[in-house]
Amino acid sequence: MNRRSKLYPDFPSAIHGIEDGATIGFGGFAMPGVPFNLMQALQHSPARNLTCVANTTGGAALPRMPDIGHLVERGMVRKVICAFTAATRASEQLPFTKYHESGEVEAELVPQGTLAERLRAAGAGIPAFYTPTAVGTELALGRETRIFDGREYLLEPALPLDYAFIRAHRADAAGNLRFRRSQRNFNPIMAMAARIVIAEIENDIEPAGSFDPDDIHLAGIFVHRLVVIPPAPAGLWPQLREPKS
Amino acid sequence: MSGLTRQQMADAIARRFQDDWIVNLGVGIPTMCSNTPITADIIYHSENGVIGYGPLTAPGEEDMHLVNAGGQHVTLKPEAAVVHHADSFAIIRSGRIDVTVMGAYEVAATGDFANWKVAGAKGGGIGGAMDLAACAKRVFIILEHTQRNGAPRLLSHCALPITARGVVKLVATNYGLFEPAGTAFNLVAIAPGITVEQIRAATGAPVHIPDNLSTIAV
Repeated sequence: MNRRSKLYPDFPSAIHGIEDGATIGFGGFAMPGVPFNLMQALQHSPARNLTCVANTTGGAALPRMPDIGHLVERGMVRKVICAFTAATRASEQLPFTKYHESGEVEAELVPQGTLAERLRAAGAGIPAFYTPTAVGTELALGRETRIFDGREYLLEPALPLDYAFIRAHRADAAGNLRFRRSQRNFNPIMAMAARIVIAEIENDIEPAGSFDPDDIHLAGIFVHRLVVIPPAPAGLWPQLREPKS
Repeated sequence: MSGLTRQQMADAIARRFQDDWIVNLGVGIPTMCSNTPITADIIYHSENGVIGYGPLTAPGEEDMHLVNAGGQHVTLKPEAAVVHHADSFAIIRSGRIDVTVMGAYEVAATGDFANWKVAGAKGGGIGGAMDLAACAKRVFIILEHTQRNGAPRLLSHCALPITARGVVKLVATNYGLFEPAGTAFNLVAIAPGITVEQIRAATGAPVHIPDNLSTIAV
């Protein structure tokens, strides 16, 4: 194979070259599938004015793992696009909230299914789509809607990414990925929406041809850089959440 | 608070589930619907793409790759399947969810409800609530009948920003089961030990009482 290897030796080298102003999407939902190691490495990158896309800004559950909130605390973020930008209980506060309320960081709050479909659309070459979600709510104020078969729909733009940081269970040298259980979540669609995809992998990289082509969850053409997660404590792995009081 | 416990409120909703329903449970009290012993053979769907999950895992047996939408470790039933997030919401948006059960801060007689933004907050937590509310075949809500200060949560119109308009079919509170009916709530069944007068005093909209009012079995 004359193609360049996709394998990187460590997390800092895997995230090299991220430009100021880049838009980065992070896979994961709750603990499974979050690229904790890449997110931790990003905290030490010189990149600034980032736009960060993920399900949540993070920090609602303990133990706290690397999240967008950490990047915000380091002054690296201009804007977040998430389905959770504040805690849903009045008695709780996300680490992100004070930076949002002070105006230091902009936030675009997006329904989770709309976020997923905006990413899917970007990955599928579709510039925008109509959805019934959020019609009649504050989120639809002043925005374009259209009636199809008597029902009102809201126009939503695709959400293309410069980079996607993802986590998978297994990879081959061609970058073909397999996820395990609910680890899949946003990871494949974040990847397809992005120009450059960086994946942290939970097992050693397997030779190309190790997977049956029918059993690949994300084709290697969408994956550009692979890095193997070392065992704990050097590598970060999902942990049991502490029960809420 | 008096009347039904949180689990009894969940029980009153779960007993309405029917065979073959695909059910999505929101975080908080709605997740307790899965503790209710019911005979209906249903399939649980979770926003993160897990279809056909079962009871919570026993402590020490958690699979670190597997959680439900509330981040709880669950088991899988033999028919389970996993899809990615866009496909999971394709299931929701295309109307395949038979019922979504959610918590809320407020519910209106119009069928509107509010559960994503608290008063005065700049941000919010929508999660999958707006997609589920707009697209599920039925929206059932579970919430305490009043706020801690006694102010009603069942209102003529929501004061907080709404999650969806005119979608709520059934509401369970610690005082009873209610149907939004436009300008009033219909009381479907009353909690044991609660009076109609208590309900009227604690509700911010008119309440219609049926001639043969049934009591919720607990």
